[in-house]
Amino acid sequence: MTRRLSPSRLAPSDVLRVGAAGLRARPTRVILSALGIAIGIATMIAVIGISSSSREELLRQLDRLGTNLLTVSPGHTLFGEQAELPTTAVPMVRRVGPVYTASATGSIDTTIRRTDRIPAAVTGGISVQAATTELLTTLEGRVTKGAWLNAATERQPAVVLGSEAAKRLGITRIGVQVWMGERWFTVVGILGPMPLAPEIERSALVGFPVAERLLGFDGHPSKIYERSSEESVETVRDVLPRTVNPENPQEVEVSRPSDALAARAAAAGAFTNLLLGLGAVALLVGGVGVANTMVISVLERRREIGLRRSLGATRGQVRIQFLAESLLLSALGGVVGAVLGSLATAGYALSRGLPTVVPPWAIGGAVGATLVIGVIAGIYPAMRAARLSPTVALSTT
Amino acid sequence: MSVPYVVELRGVTKVYAGDVQALRGVDLTVAGGELLAIVGPSGSGKSTMLHMIGTLDRPTSGTVRIDGFDVAGLSDRELSALRGRSLGFVFQQFHLAPGVSALDNVAEGLLYTGTPRRERRERAAAALERVGLGHRLAHKPHQLSGGEQQRVAVARAVAGDPPLLLADEPTGNLDSAAGAEVLSVLRDLHAAGTTIAVITHDAEIAEWCPRRVRVRDGRIVDDAGNGADPPAGVPGRAGSTADAADQADGSADVPGRTGSAADVPGRAERAAADITGSRT
Repeated sequence: MTRRLSPSRLAPSDVLRVGAAGLRARPTRVILSALGIAIGIATMIAVIGISSSSREELLRQLDRLGTNLLTVSPGHTLFGEQAELPTTAVPMVRRVGPVYTASATGSIDTTIRRTDRIPAAVTGGISVQAATTELLTTLEGRVTKGAWLNAATERQPAVVLGSEAAKRLGITRIGVQVWMGERWFTVVGILGPMPLAPEIERSALVGFPVAERLLGFDGHPSKIYERSSEESVETVRDVLPRTVNPENPQEVEVSRPSDALAARAAAAGAFTNLLLGLGAVALLVGGVGVANTMVISVLERRREIGLRRSLGATRGQVRIQFLAESLLLSALGGVVGAVLGSLATAGYALSRGLPTVVPPWAIGGAVGATLVIGVIAGIYPAMRAARLSPTVALSTT
Repeated sequence: MSVPYVVELRGVTKVYAGDVQALRGVDLTVAGGELLAIVGPSGSGKSTMLHMIGTLDRPTSGTVRIDGFDVAGLSDRELSALRGRSLGFVFQQFHLAPGVSALDNVAEGLLYTGTPRRERRERAAAALERVGLGHRLAHKPHQLSGGEQQRVAVARAVAGDPPLLLADEPTGNLDSAAGAEVLSVLRDLHAAGTTIAVITHDAEIAEWCPRRVRVRDGRIVDDAGNGADPPAGVPGRAGSTADAADQADGSADVPGRTGSAADVPGRAERAAADITGSRT
């Protein structure tokens, strides 16, 4: 016999068509079992999406604020005492090549109160500090009311309040008198938020000259802020201690406030494991639902299987039909879940004023996961369908 | 012709689990172009014979050759390919996919033959035309009468022009008028050259077939008639006597016949002989 028998292959489009036909015949059941997958995928996408959106917001904030701000503060002496920064520190820092701007604050040992009747112990957690006039430029902050200290007001009993300090004192307008160091000062300005220097938000700021004249300030800065070009931040960081205090560079601490924000961004990017686990469990349950649907489908469709075998379908072709059906079923759930999860993310982000970010890899991962589930859930039912003997399948009534 | 017989059974036995002897040594040959009935009461083994001829199952012993291929030497994949290209099945339950048009139901019959989809649909339309349903291509099964549904099933079975059409109680679920409709289609197909084996317990249908193979207790007890002759008039159908009279001369018994390719007339002759057919 020279003639050869070999079954022809099903075109991929035919495999899909045959698989989809099985689903179309039972729409309700298909929707319900796809829903199981959809819930799992939606949960995972939403968890990833929401944390990515929060992270994106922090990163954008970081971008806006810049990462080129460094702060210098006194460390400790060899004997564990609090060190001091030299009074010449700020002009020295300004002389470093890449530095655009440098300014300083200095702690003053006094308190700020609404009136002289309030006991001195009630500080409200507000620190009184002397500030150089360049501080607002260095911090890229702005005043919401009134004006920042200038060459005139830094010599007068005038005070600018940080946003948080103003709130704690209950001051919402300028021109108000406050009690500082046994005399009245006038509020000339209120600052906006300072995300990179939250300590300024909680401060009452006066000029260096008036602080030395009226509040017993010794002129030593307690914190120096400086900005340089982004590329030179690390270089500047290295030279700062020796510039600020050439005699005792080890008594100087340099830090980068944007590092804290970056750390928060990194933490926000780490997903809430518990919620992700919950989504995974939902996905697992959804997969069991798909497997269950497929087993029932095979039981109900013995006659169809018998017919297809009589039409010339090989075992492999029956197997691939049910695998395709299972894959389509869970892929349907996956797509619906990805859409639902993205919508949930968008809704949350919109309500919180965050940018909506659904990482493409999360969508890709979700689709991949549903395909894996589809295959796993479909293997057993498909094997059962393929193993069914044609005569048994056809004799079922 | 390199294939003398479409069906060749030699000493075929089939024993099911529990020592049930369904077939006890069956010899049968069917030549191309024959129309035969395999007839017997339930439990006689005729369904098992259908499974043997349809390559849906393998014999316990003996040889089954379909379209020249020895079934024993074929793998499951090869058997499937054989069914796909050499056999067409018509079942008592029509086994049509609900909610799918007649055209697509028929086209599904060619799915496993490697025919591209467009051609499947073209050939399906042609097959539906052949069974007289050219005007019902887009109808869903529930929009068709029982006879029409079975004709769709027949179209599906013959869409790929298989050398052998196996009809298992094709009229079992139909009233006599619808049954006559289906038999008339089978007769036309036979006239056009298709080899048809009808498995039935209905003596009337058996009488209608030019060749009758009677099965009882797993053995062939009688094999009468010349399968190549045109069939008698359609049973249960008014006005069929004229057809019967026209064709009576060709239905003489040939006892003890085991089939012979030599006496199969050419297609043209048979088609001409059937011009008097009652299908309108």
